[in-house]
Amino acid sequence: MKILVCVKQVPDTEEIKVDPVTGSLIREGVPAILNPLDACALEAAVQFKETYGGNVTVISMGPPQAEQALRQCISVGADDAVLITDRAFKDADTLATSYALSMTAKQLAGFDVIFCGKHTLDGETGQVGPQIAEHLNYNQVTSAMDVKLDSGSLLVLRELEEGRQTVAASLPCVITVTKTNYTPRYPSMKSKMAANRKEIKILSASQIEGLDMDRIGMSGSRTKVTKSFVPQAGQAGMIICEETAEQSGRKLAKLLVDAKII
Amino acid sequence: MSMILNQDQKDLVALAKEFMEKEVKPHIYELDEKGEFPLELYKKGFELGFHSMDMEEKYGGVGLDYNTISFVLEELAKVDAGFAVSLTLNGLAFSCIAEYGSEEQKKSVSERMAPGGFMTFALTEADSGSNAGALRCSYTRDGDDYIINGPKTFITNGKYGDIHVVFATANPEAGVRGISAFIVEKERAGIQIGKEENKMGLRLSNTCDLFFDNVRVPAANLIGKEGLGFKLAMSALDKGRIFCAAMATGIAQGAFEDCIEYSKLRKPFGAPIATHQAVQFILADMAIQIEAARTVTHNAAFLAQSGAKYSKEAAIAKTFASDMAMNVTTDAVQIFGGYGYSREYPVEKRMRDAKIFQIFEGTNQIQRQIIANAILR
Repeated sequence: MKILVCVKQVPDTEEIKVDPVTGSLIREGVPAILNPLDACALEAAVQFKETYGGNVTVISMGPPQAEQALRQCISVGADDAVLITDRAFKDADTLATSYALSMTAKQLAGFDVIFCGKHTLDGETGQVGPQIAEHLNYNQVTSAMDVKLDSGSLLVLRELEEGRQTVAASLPCVITVTKTNYTPRYPSMKSKMAANRKEIKILSASQIEGLDMDRIGMSGSRTKVTKSFVPQAGQAGMIICEETAEQSGRKLAKLLVDAKII
Repeated sequence: MSMILNQDQKDLVALAKEFMEKEVKPHIYELDEKGEFPLELYKKGFELGFHSMDMEEKYGGVGLDYNTISFVLEELAKVDAGFAVSLTLNGLAFSCIAEYGSEEQKKSVSERMAPGGFMTFALTEADSGSNAGALRCSYTRDGDDYIINGPKTFITNGKYGDIHVVFATANPEAGVRGISAFIVEKERAGIQIGKEENKMGLRLSNTCDLFFDNVRVPAANLIGKEGLGFKLAMSALDKGRIFCAAMATGIAQGAFEDCIEYSKLRKPFGAPIATHQAVQFILADMAIQIEAARTVTHNAAFLAQSGAKYSKEAAIAKTFASDMAMNVTTDAVQIFGGYGYSREYPVEKRMRDAKIFQIFEGTNQIQRQIIANAILR
């Protein structure tokens, strides 16, 4: 089983502060971390490998320092890592990103399953995984909380807003993963040090065969970010919890009447 | 930290920090209160290799140098020194075998310990603490076996030890020359677990009495040769003192960071106490002492690693760092004021944890004796 995991290094949102004057995010000095759901996707991939055999390659598009995130992946079970890095990829939206990743996956060739995090901490679009599936003409299953192999095809338990669903999908397939069953493991001290000595394959745009330069980076992007701002926090709600449901109902009704809502 | 760490050291320190903050810290208050030994947390720590940091890689350990181990231990002790001490004990006990044991002993002990487990260093007795040469636990030869008899006290990990390194004498009259060291696996008949200490600090670690009642071990379990026990113990303790110094530095660093945070928040006169020079000078003195302790610790670690003599420097590091940790944690309680004296805040625990570092692995008075002997030789 040849497995690919797509990961992204993102700013740690817990550490991000907002400029009180301009209202924009202060990105300087914010530590970069492996996107948490990508870490879950990797855990899913490594467990899949441990159960059914195979090899896990991890890939990221980003600046040279994204190598750190890839080494983290190797320390917890990925076998190989590829970083695609080039100024030409800069300012890519999800479409340009998924195109570049899928072209690299094509070049590396032969992946049976591609795992992605359901979405990233910074963009939260959840589009890159499904788009990779479209680019590669793979099946896709999103929001996976458990993945099994059954008679050559995948059985995926999905976590939906209103319940759970099991779907079967034939290979090759892209799966986007939620956290539920896949808490990332700790590396051991040994695996951490071994990951520091592992060679990471680095590809520039020109080293990816057949890559259309008009479809990557800013020129390949169909969305433009005009402004980023912090939404105003809404007023906190009120919780009514009296001793009995009837008392709570009466209190609610009185509040609604007083507010001239009913 | 103002020392330059290489990438491996940075990563291992970060791993120790993440593990301790996420896995251990949330339970510390309760475990400290109850004095409970968190075996499951230790097992998680084994998976990462914290119990085998100084065991060579060829025996299944992590195989770190003394400086790197010291950096990691400081980070572990910054969150909980008791947790760090229990894990370090394996290194102390295994180093006896690593240095003087046979290849078969190294293999058999490491095969058992590398995946996870506890070792003990059973030297201390009720009447022989500082004067380790006066121990009374005895051994006799019986055919192809040795038979060990006697009590041991204050044994870290005692209740949970898988393998004990036991020091016993063939003849108490012979003094230090009569002492030998043995590998005693926990399955050997006659090992009794005695009273567990209800300690002031290090409450996540286990300390108890052990009694060896006609415990029979094969002659192959003798470490090195007969009469080598005292030398072997002292050599292990020299190394252990460096690690003690690192852990004491960690306790102080933790208290120091608590104080920085608290002094910026606490506003008894409308301004944070961090703006008051009286508090600033205490914080500055903490920083001076911690930096100095870290430096002497890593100097001793560097000497040990390079194969030079380091007994004096290890004693200096252990004494300076533990006295420093006691000073810094006492001042930390002062900065926290009434809250510092309350168990709800973490600083009083650090003060309780720090105290033992002036006592174990050779009291600081014995350390000063070692230092004086070295400089007046």
